[in-house]
Amino acid sequence: MDPVRLIIVAVGGQGNLLTARVLGEAALASGIPVHMSEIHGMAQRGGVVESSIVFGDAQSSIISDSEADVLLGFEPAETLRALNRCNKNTAVITNTSPLPPFTAAIGKGVYPPLNQMLDLISAKTASLKAFDALKLAHEANNPLGLNMVLLGALIRSGIIPISADTAKQAIKDNTKQAFLESNLKAFDLGFEAAA
Amino acid sequence: MHKLLLDQPGKEMLVLGNEAIARGAVEAGVACATTYPGTPSSELSLAFFQMSKESDLYFEYSTNEKVALEVAAAAANAGIRSMCVMKHVGVNVAADALMTLAYIGVKAGMVLLTADDPFMFSSQNEQDNRYYGKMAGLCVLEPSSLPEAKAMATYAFELSEKLGEPVILRTTTRINHSTGAITLGELVKPNIKGSFTKDPFNLVAIPAVSRRLHTRLLQRLTEAEKITDQSDYNYVQGGGAWGIVCNGVSYNYVCDALNDLGVTDKVSILRIGFSNPMPVAKVTEFLKGKEKILVAEEGEPFMEEAVRSMAQEVGCTIPIKGKGPELFSREGEFDPAGVRKAIAGFFGVDLAPAAVLDLSDVPEIPARPPNLCAGCTHRAVFYEVKKAAENMEIMHPTDIGCYTLGVLPPLSSADFLICMGSSISTGCGFSKFIDQKVVTYIGDSTFFHSGVPGLINAVHNNHNVTMVILDNGTTAMTGHQPNPGVDRDAMGQEGYNRISIENVVKGLGVESVTVIKPYKVQKSVDAIKEALAYQGVSVIIAQELCPLYAKALKRPVKKPFRIDMEKCKDHRLCVDALGCPAMYVENNKVAINAEQCIGCAVCAQVCPEHAIVPIRD
Ligand SMILES: Cc1ncc(C[n+]2csc(CCOP(=O)(O)OP(=O)(O)O)c2C)c(N)n1
Ligand code: SF4
Ligand code: SF4
Repeated sequence: MDPVRLIIVAVGGQGNLLTARVLGEAALASGIPVHMSEIHGMAQRGGVVESSIVFGDAQSSIISDSEADVLLGFEPAETLRALNRCNKNTAVITNTSPLPPFTAAIGKGVYPPLNQMLDLISAKTASLKAFDALKLAHEANNPLGLNMVLLGALIRSGIIPISADTAKQAIKDNTKQAFLESNLKAFDLGFEAAA
Repeated sequence: MHKLLLDQPGKEMLVLGNEAIARGAVEAGVACATTYPGTPSSELSLAFFQMSKESDLYFEYSTNEKVALEVAAAAANAGIRSMCVMKHVGVNVAADALMTLAYIGVKAGMVLLTADDPFMFSSQNEQDNRYYGKMAGLCVLEPSSLPEAKAMATYAFELSEKLGEPVILRTTTRINHSTGAITLGELVKPNIKGSFTKDPFNLVAIPAVSRRLHTRLLQRLTEAEKITDQSDYNYVQGGGAWGIVCNGVSYNYVCDALNDLGVTDKVSILRIGFSNPMPVAKVTEFLKGKEKILVAEEGEPFMEEAVRSMAQEVGCTIPIKGKGPELFSREGEFDPAGVRKAIAGFFGVDLAPAAVLDLSDVPEIPARPPNLCAGCTHRAVFYEVKKAAENMEIMHPTDIGCYTLGVLPPLSSADFLICMGSSISTGCGFSKFIDQKVVTYIGDSTFFHSGVPGLINAVHNNHNVTMVILDNGTTAMTGHQPNPGVDRDAMGQEGYNRISIENVVKGLGVESVTVIKPYKVQKSVDAIKEALAYQGVSVIIAQELCPLYAKALKRPVKKPFRIDMEKCKDHRLCVDALGCPAMYVENNKVAINAEQCIGCAVCAQVCPEHAIVPIRD
């Protein structure tokens, strides 16, 4: 399989490492070679957490600037910040509910308006799917299920050859019982939202 | 059961690089593992720690890397297979032991894992630890993938026993923190019963003994030179007249680049996985018939210089390049595109231009630097010291831990830092020669690691410094590992003794010792004022659990705070003084995010209007 390169950007605590894990397991179950890498040194201190996942026939586990095929953003400003990882053929999926960095939150630095951010991303890339994933996570009764909502949307995009069933099995294998139902619900809501 | 203890040979499993290495060691029957935590090696130690509770493996978090290495060295000299895990700079701390351990050797396999960190994702430097192998005369293995990391972790024990020497397994962040599939192998029953036979004239490094042992070490190195030349970890791939020598993760980028460039058939790769000693015969053979050679390695030109000197030896004059302006940097880490570009440039292959987006119209996005957590005890202490020193000129040698983040405004509480333990020792030096009052910061884990000798120095030489020990009851920065001062009963771990920092400090003869509770602002400020006025060595111990750790221990939670808008005068003294990330500004008014606020009440004590109050339900 030709490589498909996915970058996930999130803010510490948003749960993107679990999304990456589930994708990895699902790829393994689907017989797709997978190499992943993550930088999460300061995750708990509010920094940015980035995962790169290379599916298919490649050996590298990291992705160079301008070479992501898909960018999955958990926070709109972080999605915009990661635009240097994209090219004009990149598909972008992003959550729209903002989590302004502390600097902006205390009035030092301006958090760009959402519309402007989305316009920029969509003008420069092949496609943009943007929706309020946090709202859907709340709908699934699981505010921490944001990562599953976005996973659902990613699987729906069809860019990664992993079926919804395989992804759901991987969710089952990787989540605590108490969150399982709401995680699957969150996944479904994301899957529908990305139709 | 811990997943890495699964006895299912042949099972495929998705794991982190660090877990792959842990499994490899377990498959070799490792019976003793020691560590001092450090990114990117910490999950490896954690895996050993967890497994030790369910198996015969002995594991310990040692006081520092030197101690960790010596404990493991003793185990290996008692016939127990041992592994010692640390980040690259940890080897500096352990180096004294390592250099002479190479003379003494080992009876059972011993592996030193050094996790290097090119680009310094979470380190103070990006030194290349392959040179330790060269300096000590020890073998170095470097994996390119997770299956290989696991295999090398097993093989390293065998190699170690064959030579009677410890073996260095060197990884980089992109191995430790990558995830991929491994296949489980057979588990063996570890030997857990050690024995010791007296043999002082081989085991006590006095000059007369060491002279002989040095000769023996060099003989073993000669033996290693034969092994590295035979090693399957050094292999040739492809058959073209262009040559690339590469190692570690660079090998992956090279393979992908050759595919992308469509020149797989033009290039031969010599992949070096056994990098010290370098395989002379293999390299010389590889040079034959080549037009030119590119050496792709992150970090220093370790292989490049070796290859060039081997070429010189056989009179080979083809171009051999690696580090250089248009080629590879000694700084940072490699990435696939960079390696592709260097290969294309060096061999003259057409390269499709990078599809870079024009981002000139993207507005500046506010940075998201890591910040001390909401309610972090360190923030309170920084504020209190500033307050207590309001009319003084002070400078802060600091140390390594979460508190290093105090370098950022508004706290701006870090002025000098070299390495772990340097706060108090450099504080001694500064205090002797500058006018400012010297106030040093050090965490509890770092205090035990390497802060004590500096404090002894301060007392003995009568320096005029105030040492603030930020005792948050854990090693927070690297993932809340225990340290000798930690209450391990609270972690549900029995059989440990807890060392009181206060007793240590008093035992060293410090006369001005004050314990503060940092969430009590005024009391702390008063105590700090007194300590600052003291001539000589004064020590402040700020005792309060790291709130993130307290949460993990399920300690009772406190009510979050809110701003009483009727009282708030909007001068934002709270925000400007503390920079607590639970605070934000909305509609030009300060507000507190109740989900983030942990109710530490520090801001409430800072606010002169008493406008910050707990939320009542
Ligand atoms: C020689 C060396 N070993 C390990 C590390 C990794 N490391 C960075 S900070 C730290 C310990 C921090 O603990 P502590 O001093 O208690 O501060 P805290 O993070 O709890 O505030 C460690 C182990 C390092 N930087 N250098
Ligand atoms: S983990 Fe603990 S010590 Fe580190 S910044 Fe957060 S609260 Fe402070
Ligand atoms: S009480 Fe104040 S300083 Fe403490 S966590 Fe809450 S907002 Fe931050």
